[in-house]
Amino acid sequence: MALIDLLTKKKSVIVSRWFDAVLESYPQETATFMKSQKNRFANPVGCTLAKEVEDVYSALLKGSGDTEITPFLDNIVRIRAVQDFSASAAVSFVFLLKRVVRQELGKEIKQNDLTDELLAFESQVDKLALLSFDIYMSCREKIYEIRVNEARSNVHMLLRKAKLICDDPDSDSEVG
Amino acid sequence: MTGSPNWYEIIMTGIAERLDKYRSFKLFLDICVRWGACADKCHFYIGSGDPKNMPVLRAELLRSIYRRDFTTAGKLFGKFAGGRKLTPLIIKEWFYYFYQCTECRRCSVFCPYGIDTAEITIMARELLNLIGCQIDWIITPVANCYQTGNHLGIQPHAFKEILDFLLDDIETNTGVKMEPTFNRKGAEILFLTPSGDVFADPGIYTAMGYMILFHYLDLDYTWSTYASEGGNFGFFTSHEMMKRLNSKMYAEAKRLGVKWILGGECGHMWRVINQYMGTMNEPADFLEVPKSPITGTVFDNASQIKMVHIAQFTADLIKNNKLNLDKSRNDYLKVTWHDSCNTSRGMGFLEEPRYVLKNVVNNFYEMPPNTIREQTFCCGSGSGLNAGENMDIRLRGGLPRANAVKHVHDKHGVNCLGCICAIDRAVLTASMDFWVPGVRVAGLHELVANALVLEGENERTTNLRGEEIADLMEENEE
Ligand code: SF4
Ligand code: SF4
Repeated sequence: MALIDLLTKKKSVIVSRWFDAVLESYPQETATFMKSQKNRFANPVGCTLAKEVEDVYSALLKGSGDTEITPFLDNIVRIRAVQDFSASAAVSFVFLLKRVVRQELGKEIKQNDLTDELLAFESQVDKLALLSFDIYMSCREKIYEIRVNEARSNVHMLLRKAKLICDDPDSDSEVG
Repeated sequence: MTGSPNWYEIIMTGIAERLDKYRSFKLFLDICVRWGACADKCHFYIGSGDPKNMPVLRAELLRSIYRRDFTTAGKLFGKFAGGRKLTPLIIKEWFYYFYQCTECRRCSVFCPYGIDTAEITIMARELLNLIGCQIDWIITPVANCYQTGNHLGIQPHAFKEILDFLLDDIETNTGVKMEPTFNRKGAEILFLTPSGDVFADPGIYTAMGYMILFHYLDLDYTWSTYASEGGNFGFFTSHEMMKRLNSKMYAEAKRLGVKWILGGECGHMWRVINQYMGTMNEPADFLEVPKSPITGTVFDNASQIKMVHIAQFTADLIKNNKLNLDKSRNDYLKVTWHDSCNTSRGMGFLEEPRYVLKNVVNNFYEMPPNTIREQTFCCGSGSGLNAGENMDIRLRGGLPRANAVKHVHDKHGVNCLGCICAIDRAVLTASMDFWVPGVRVAGLHELVANALVLEGENERTTNLRGEEIADLMEENEE
């Protein structure tokens, strides 16, 4: 049996363990809430995490490319990029998948001598982590961009009055 | 804590005074049974996952001090009764968490006792203020509003010049020249709006909308450059400051000798007027009960405050068929509606804005029921949190609202979020930019004015933002 078959067969338990592992980065009462409240408008963080770890996992099994996987990772990382996490903690959820797979399939992997396949799978996961880090950085950059735009928008008319921005909407050029 | 060596006494005396003065404060501290029906209802908790952002635990930060030093059980049993001694660390904790509460009252909707955690936050901030712990984004606007008249401290002549710019833009985009008046004694109506509508993008398009509507109606109104701030930043500071800033608007109405006040699209201005003014300042007896000069409708609901919200005023105009509206001019927009906490939960304004909206746009989609009306999610940046340095906190607090917008954006292609609050117009723009790019934020009267057919208007090929409508229609079809 190939590793991919095992990963497919055990999909639901692996995804659910992975989700649980991700929730461990939150305080216990929050983890309980995020897991139990199924209404996605009452619990956007929990529901997004649950959905997207599954999407990411399915995409991995399908061998999807970066472009397909990025939106799923983005939905997770975008949230964690504004929560109180360091950069490493924000993207660490990816590596947890390795731990879960080893825990769930460790025995079968040994029995079927699938160590090479496991290593290959784990490099896939490492690639996801790099991808997540790029997404994290782009989210942080976006936040700074938003801050600058907002600071300007809030005093838009004052800048215009001080002739620091141009009156003519057809011209993008700015003076000052 | 070095600034106030006797900070401990100041806070303790402050608590005692407020327990005596505000019965609601004492009641809310006493009756919570801590079973937590409110716990998971706060947008800051939902977005951050930090348990101290659960309303029940937020209140507990202050309640625990109260319990130890102000209740009999606490005095006898101390920490066994759940009490804590006030320490500098607790002051820091207060500062952190009471400035992560936007005083939106969502939690109070779910509390079986109706405990309003916003009231506890207001008290905690008032106490912090006593020892000089305050944020610049609140205290500077307060000083500016009090001394000059608006949150940026813009002088009267500059205020007028800025509105002149907006009038130029109106003329460019509609072909109609308008000439509102300023500080005019004897006008029938004084118009007051948050100054964000005058200075900030996209609020300015709403301000243009007001002026277009009033021109269309030939309304006998005046702006004031002295009371040029409708928003009450005192509300985020202390009851005393809220009272002073509120009284300023009425003093100006008295000075100008107007009959009543019309208020623009603002949230906390309305919460202060409807929730607090009655017991704070004298009744405005020198004004008349507002009566629309166009429809003759008497706004009995405003018989005490003598001030009408523009959404109500416009809804009445539409109901009485007084506006010539061409909704199709807004057809490039697919709009959803954000109920701003202060106007919806704070004063029950649920139908009027929707009624107006449905008469000026063809495409309107509601967000899911547990995220609108009384249960609306806060923008995440109200009550003075809208400073740029709070952006992370704001974005996580704004997540539940944005998440519901994302849903209608994905499902129906919604590209516009409407609201009637100046803070919302500013901060939801940032939130959308991060969470749901492609959704613009617009005030109700921007949409009204774009649909309003004016006498002597040009082809109206551009909207108030100066964008080509044909291009936008095309983009939307793609
Ligand atoms: S008032 Fe709003 S922000 Fe404050 S605790 Fe309640 S739900 Fe949270
Ligand atoms: S729902 Fe009301 S009584 Fe229950 S914990 Fe919250 S504030 Fe206290």
